[in-house]
Amino acid sequence: MPQEVTKQYKEIMSKYLESQSEEDLYVGQQFSRRFIEKDIAPEDVISIHKSALFELHPNLRKQVWDSLDFLIEMMIHYGLTMREHQSLVRKQEAIQMEMNVATKVQDTLLKTVEPDAEGLDVGWISQPAHQMNGDYIYFLNQENASSVAVADVIGKGIPAALCMSMIKFGMDGLQNENSSPDNVLGIINRIVEKSVDDSMFISMFYGKYNSITSTFSYASAGHEPALHFSSGTSAFTELDARGLLLGVKKEAIYDEHSVVLEEGDFVVMMTDGVTESRTENGFIEMSAIKSLLAEKKDESAQEIADYVYSELSRMQDYQLSDDFTIVIFKKKTV
Amino acid sequence: MNLGSSVEIITEWDIVAARQLGRNEAKQVGFGTVDQARITTAISELARNIYLYAGKGKIEIERISEAGLVGIKIIASDEGPGIPDLRKVMEDGFTTSGGLGAGMPGVKRLMDEFKVISEVGEGTTIITTKWLH
Ligand SMILES: Nc1ncnc2c1ncn2[C@@H]1O[C@H](COP(=O)(O)OP(=O)(O)OP(=O)(O)O)[C@@H](O)[C@H]1O
Ligand SMILES: [Mg+2]
Repeated sequence: MPQEVTKQYKEIMSKYLESQSEEDLYVGQQFSRRFIEKDIAPEDVISIHKSALFELHPNLRKQVWDSLDFLIEMMIHYGLTMREHQSLVRKQEAIQMEMNVATKVQDTLLKTVEPDAEGLDVGWISQPAHQMNGDYIYFLNQENASSVAVADVIGKGIPAALCMSMIKFGMDGLQNENSSPDNVLGIINRIVEKSVDDSMFISMFYGKYNSITSTFSYASAGHEPALHFSSGTSAFTELDARGLLLGVKKEAIYDEHSVVLEEGDFVVMMTDGVTESRTENGFIEMSAIKSLLAEKKDESAQEIADYVYSELSRMQDYQLSDDFTIVIFKKKTV
Repeated sequence: MNLGSSVEIITEWDIVAARQLGRNEAKQVGFGTVDQARITTAISELARNIYLYAGKGKIEIERISEAGLVGIKIIASDEGPGIPDLRKVMEDGFTTSGGLGAGMPGVKRLMDEFKVISEVGEGTTIITTKWLH
């Protein structure tokens, strides 16, 4: 045991035994941090106390010394718990560091291109609730068309994040294929069905904008419906299409629909982290989300997306309960 | 020098006897109150494991000296079921008591040296030593 600590403890305690003043208690408590700093276990603290007391008052009754021995025995498990705790904290720090690296790897691995279709203004935001994102956006550019896949792996965190890379490589393989939405979901479904654990499901919305016909065609694998804002009527229409979650059934069929976008129209694709935003008073109504979108209808797609995100996260006291992703395709006004 | 004695562990009371023997030996070696309590706790945990998981076994306690150092060596042995996943058992936070800081990792912390030999179906032997510093 560090002699120095014992000596100082004795001095501080002796002062307190004379004065019983708040000041000496304060000094003592400040000193107690030294015990923690020096990793002195609680049973050793009591032992230090016992030696100090013995030096100051050797003639106390036997029961006092016996009771201190009893207390030492009582503290052994506390001491062990403290050490175990320290070791678990160190382990956790190591895991945290690995997670930081994993997040960086995820970001690099899942980088996607910028959409570039003529006349199309695109905005998006994707924020994980925890460290790793279970939502995923993938853009695909082809001649006269830009497409987007918005995916949400059901289940959070690391397993979800690992799953993303599979979708990404599945999509990368599509560059030269027929990229009609129903066909894309069919292909990705077969990949997911083959390679993913039975307990893992993915919802996905796939939208494709054709810049020649101004048509937005889409298909959905059990995903949140998208919203179409019409600048002519200032009204929203839900864009939904029938289709099973990815990975459920090999032969799943996906319906495809389409809508023509007028100037100033926009389509909002989301994950359930947006539509199921929660405050203390329950879910945030879809109508509230629509009003947020409508307020910014004349802004750029990115400004609309950022605005909805900042408002909804403010309403939730900046604590997302789920990964949050919005993608907006807006037809530019000339 | 090799002074030793042992306690058969069959009932829960034998755990107390092993503790008593360990504390006396530790005192004889010259350990202070806190280390006596630590050594006794280690014996207690090992004896309890024998009682709970192997049914019966033995705790041997030896006073040892080596290269001018003196210490105490505890050998806990049984012919019980053995421990299938030693690595897991030695992980913090694994004990069935759940984070009460004891168990085998606790014994390892309380002592200076710790070694387990366990064969499924044959039994378990744990040898652990603490030196007087
Ligand atoms: N002598 C033994 N024979 C067979 N299995 C054992 C033996 N000792 C320990 N084990 C196994 O190893 C596990 C971990 O033992 P350990 O003493 O670390 O924790 P515990 O006994 O489960 O809980 P605690 O000791 O904290 O109350 C036990 O649950 C038991 O399965
Ligand atoms: Mg145990």
